[in-house]
Amino acid sequence: MIEIRWHGRGGQGAFTAAKILGAASLIDNKFSLAFPSFGPERRGAPIQAFNKIDTKVIIDRSEIKSCDYIIFLDDSLFSSDYLKDLKDDGLALINTATPEKFSDFSQIQSIDANQIALKIIKKPISNTAMLGALASISDDVSLSSLQQASDLYLSTALAAKNKLILKESFEHFKEVR
Amino acid sequence: MTKAFLSGNEAFAEGVRLARPQVISIYPITPQTTVVERLSEMVENSSLKSELIHVESEHSALSCAIGASAMGARTFTATSSQGLLYMAECLHYASGGRFPIVMMNANRSTALPWNIYGDQRDSLSQLDCGWIQVYVEDAQESLDMALQGYHIAESPLVSTPVMVNLDGFVLTHTYETVEIPNQTDADRFLPPFQTKNKMSLDNPKNLAFSVGPDNNMEFKYLQHKAMLDSKRIIEETDKKFAEIFGRGYGGLTQGYRLEDADYILITLGSITGLCREVVDELRQNGEMVGLLKIRFLRPFPDEDLAAALGSVKAIGVLEKDISFGYEGTVYTNVNSVIAKNGLRLETYNFIAGLGGRDISRENIRAMFRHLQTGGQHVNFIGLGVSIDE
Repeated sequence: MIEIRWHGRGGQGAFTAAKILGAASLIDNKFSLAFPSFGPERRGAPIQAFNKIDTKVIIDRSEIKSCDYIIFLDDSLFSSDYLKDLKDDGLALINTATPEKFSDFSQIQSIDANQIALKIIKKPISNTAMLGALASISDDVSLSSLQQASDLYLSTALAAKNKLILKESFEHFKEVR
Repeated sequence: MTKAFLSGNEAFAEGVRLARPQVISIYPITPQTTVVERLSEMVENSSLKSELIHVESEHSALSCAIGASAMGARTFTATSSQGLLYMAECLHYASGGRFPIVMMNANRSTALPWNIYGDQRDSLSQLDCGWIQVYVEDAQESLDMALQGYHIAESPLVSTPVMVNLDGFVLTHTYETVEIPNQTDADRFLPPFQTKNKMSLDNPKNLAFSVGPDNNMEFKYLQHKAMLDSKRIIEETDKKFAEIFGRGYGGLTQGYRLEDADYILITLGSITGLCREVVDELRQNGEMVGLLKIRFLRPFPDEDLAAALGSVKAIGVLEKDISFGYEGTVYTNVNSVIAKNGLRLETYNFIAGLGGRDISRENIRAMFRHLQTGGQHVNFIGLGVSIDE
């Protein structure tokens, strides 16, 4: 089972990203759960979201203890303590304009997702750019399924732009790696 | 039939849509709110034709549902936690009036301390209010029990309201794959609501009246008898559902690897899945363990339990509940079956998940170890303070 944790701030779309990823898994004929960190919702407050993805039905609803991927939508939420929650071959993806700050950590891949988002939707909403990055480094989800799943949780106009973000981020990340 | 990626709440709303309720009374409370939000959207976009009434409190939500049901309308409402408790007076009016309302309850802890996370203390504290209570495990069972709920409640033999309980957040807010039946099949399963217990200008009658000591006990006995009779209707409803939709849930309880099991864990709701995985793991090590999911708490599945526990060494009841000053309420109910049937086995109670605390795989392994080694009868799992006993 692939286990993923998202870190974001209320309003940055971490849970929307988790839902899109979960629905993309359904399109890929896999099974998944997507759930937020439970509790009151406030804009700007740190929140988490989670995915479990497997080839069989997932009936374990307990908290995720160790992750294949931890995805930070906002680098101000990063703490090196979180890296302890990664599985041995796990990876952290971080949205940052200052990748040099994270170059000491072998388990971190940086991407300037805000820049891609700003270019296409004129807002620093990095969730779909991070999904595109995930698709490019992982075989667990495909770009086309993510693009299809975007239609389910985003308005038509927004989905079209986010599909572009997904593609651009996917290709950009393939190149820089 | 289509597949969709939905939360437990959204799946339940789809089930309600397929049941075509004529009146829906709504008042939001976390974590129930998204059910009534989805239903409002369905009414707005005309995928559901229903009278949606936004009332000013939970007390009014259920009162409104009672009024609509008394006109012969199929009605729905939903609540959670303090909202359910605020409805408490009306819960008895609905069941005493024999109004077959279906209500979803998002299981959530009760104040104080204030907490919006999941446990089962809200609905378990209302076991005696005369409602049929079912606890579901996943989003699919949520959708399916919205439909089955009306089929059971509206059976003329039953005429009793049904409360469908979904664990707050871990079920209501978790997204997963759900099969949405088509309307034709849903209509085949659930015909329109017909009742004689309604206000009518053509056939005027008195409903919701007073009854003194001369007849009151007979009314209460009939209410009890209807609940006992509902056991058969629950089984028949599940069979009919399975014939049409190709999946069923086994009626009042659902066993897992009970064959030759010496140690059985009894569960309720969404924690069952993880417990099943632990049963598989322990069975691989040659341990004779099994699991029994109680689906219906009222009517209580006493015959099912007596049959399943006949040759067992020990059982544990895992519940997100404590009746302060004694033990978990489900445990009390299970022990009564064991005493009445003269079964000789050890019983243990695992109180877990209060106020939303996570119940881990390791917690469940430890419960099975406890069943085998023996020990204290009532156990709090994952408690952060010491217990002097």
